[in-house]
Amino acid sequence: LNVLRSRLLGALAAPHGVEGYFGLVRPMWSPRDRRAQLIAVRRLSADSVTMTLRPTQHWSGFRAGQFIRLTVEIAGVCETRCYSLACAEQTEGEIEITVRAHMAGRVSRYLYRHARAGMVFGLSDAEGGFVLPRVRPERLLLISSGSGITPVMSMLRTLCAEGHPGAVTFLHYARAPEAVAYRAQLAAIAARHRRVRIVLVYTRQASAGQLAGHISRAHLRSVEPAHRHAHTYVCGSPGLIDWVRAAWAEDGIEQRLYVESFLPPVLAGCASGAEGSVGFTRSGARVRSDGRSLLDQAEQAGLRPRFGCRMGICRTCTCSKTAGSVHNVLSGETSSTDEEDIQICVSVPVGDVELAL
Amino acid sequence: MGTTETFPLTSEQSEALGRELDAIRRRVLADLGERDADYIRAVIRAQRGFEVAGRGLLFFSFIPPAWLGGVTALSLSKILDNMEIGHNVMHGQYDWMKDPALNGRNFEWDNACPGEHWRHSHNYIHHTYTNVLGKDRDVGYGMLRMSDRQPWRLHWLGNPLYAALLAIFFQYGVAVHDLELDRMLAGEMTLGEKRRELSAVWQKVRQQTIKDYLLFPLLAGPSAPLVLAGNATANLARNLWAFTTIFCGHFPEGTVQFTEQETAQETRGEWYYRQLLGSANLSGGELLDVLSGNLSHQIEHHLFPDLPSHRYAEIAVDVREICRRYGLPYNIGPLGRQFGSVVGKIARLALPGRPRRGGRALQHPPEDLAHDLVAAAADRTQARVAGGALDRVLAHVAGAAVDL
Repeated sequence: LNVLRSRLLGALAAPHGVEGYFGLVRPMWSPRDRRAQLIAVRRLSADSVTMTLRPTQHWSGFRAGQFIRLTVEIAGVCETRCYSLACAEQTEGEIEITVRAHMAGRVSRYLYRHARAGMVFGLSDAEGGFVLPRVRPERLLLISSGSGITPVMSMLRTLCAEGHPGAVTFLHYARAPEAVAYRAQLAAIAARHRRVRIVLVYTRQASAGQLAGHISRAHLRSVEPAHRHAHTYVCGSPGLIDWVRAAWAEDGIEQRLYVESFLPPVLAGCASGAEGSVGFTRSGARVRSDGRSLLDQAEQAGLRPRFGCRMGICRTCTCSKTAGSVHNVLSGETSSTDEEDIQICVSVPVGDVELAL
Repeated sequence: MGTTETFPLTSEQSEALGRELDAIRRRVLADLGERDADYIRAVIRAQRGFEVAGRGLLFFSFIPPAWLGGVTALSLSKILDNMEIGHNVMHGQYDWMKDPALNGRNFEWDNACPGEHWRHSHNYIHHTYTNVLGKDRDVGYGMLRMSDRQPWRLHWLGNPLYAALLAIFFQYGVAVHDLELDRMLAGEMTLGEKRRELSAVWQKVRQQTIKDYLLFPLLAGPSAPLVLAGNATANLARNLWAFTTIFCGHFPEGTVQFTEQETAQETRGEWYYRQLLGSANLSGGELLDVLSGNLSHQIEHHLFPDLPSHRYAEIAVDVREICRRYGLPYNIGPLGRQFGSVVGKIARLALPGRPRRGGRALQHPPEDLAHDLVAAAADRTQARVAGGALDRVLAHVAGAAVDL
């Protein structure tokens, strides 16, 4: 690998770089680009696909709870999406993600139908601040719903693999048992680890003696009465996250709550957003602002900017704003008018804005 | 203006023309997919293959056939890299793929010209102001007289010589294109204003020189002089070929140059109209298409510069049909004839005198007198000539309605 990175070879391969030659023959030998090869495919639930991937050698690893951006080529177009890793930090040289096929999800449906061993995808370094602290808390409460199970699954597996001595409560909400991809794995963990308590709650299927329906104070009392003393990690639907946020605020323990949201925040129609115009300096296009995100407006104008998560976390769509001020609906901040890189998927214009698109 | 007498379009017609061409564009955009991705990747694989084979063979260049084979393969590599890959990728023709390796914004080619400068001088300037005298710097590259509408000066006697030198050193001509050396010589700007561009050109020229004329020859040990000669020959072959195909795109007899005034208030339909009149195609076949980077379909390329180039052949069928319906010329001919016509024009324009009349397609209509009058009193810069004076006189002489 170091040979491939040498300056001499670089000078000989200019301007395309060594990558431009080896990448065509052996994508996994890439000295620069990070990629992942699919080595195993399992379908653990009716609507999901679980993929084991082997990243290229120089991939920099991850912390439990983080996500990666996976780039999949579909009909000639490289589509990039964010997926939380579901495996333990200790799994050397392999990572695992579970993708739930969404009705309108181009990438998730493609992977669900076509994923097979040997495929090579683009991979990003792991990102995201939804991680366990290095010094593990004594009590942990992991709450998830639906496909939000993956990052907390990674946390749970990591804690088990390192022999975490503290108490861990894992509370997961799903429609029905068959919708839980990791049901077997969770049962195995529960059988082996005395201090891990796993509770699966089904929202559409109640059975005697079990909790049912959506999260409530009663659920909390029954599952983890000492939740005030726990560090809580939540990933799931907006309803779940909103409820937990409110309850934790009521109890005054928000500082021990860590949230990962994988659904786009609703763009509050900012009155100032619908005034002025948005200019795209590279393409020469210009539109009257309609108050939606700059990414939406760029696409409306016929441009095809790169994007990933469309919710302000992956920074794929980051581009240079050359003039004007924007409101970041995620952070709630309004920027200065300086030239700067902004995430166009969560930025709405405040007056006239120019983007280098 | 000069052209409207011959091919007048009412504003409704040019609007309709714009709509029809826009419809072609939308149709192709909606159809982009795996076929286009496969095509460009196949060309890239072929180019990289030729390059590796060419460089490899040149290590054995003490065997004459190996030298010849090496030079041929490396020439093909450079031609494919510049023409079908670099030029088209840098147009953003494959940006929709969202593949960083095919991103028009970052792509770099095997050529002395920095990609960034090319994107400016070519994608923006040339494609926006195509054939507009004083605006489009591709008209003569600031060193040649390519139009009757450029006033004659004594130094234009060297027109054929300058053209030959430009052809031989074409990649360097392109490399300094964006520096606007002619404007520096004319004292309109200083070297200091272009310091950043100058440094980028220096970096790129150095990178290319080190690779082709230092490292690869040295690696070949005793064959170093042969490798160096081989690399120089491949660069020369690419230079001559690129010059030939590019000059066939806008300068065969029949292509039209415009003035800034004529194009000041252009609509989209009129922009299409100018691209049609200012460009010329080469008839040949698939091999010519690939090797010319589909500049054999220069007309289609200028109408739709950001559609994948391998689509031009199929688009051409519709464009020809549209031209026929609107009574517009569609300038096409075999490479030999078109290039012969360019060479003839370069030689003819070395001398003063009246432009040739008649012939195929449109010539510059009855503006000769105007042209001479204006030329006599012309300012040093083409831009100012192109401004008011020429058009006012033209309007009198030709009595023509200026509607572009």
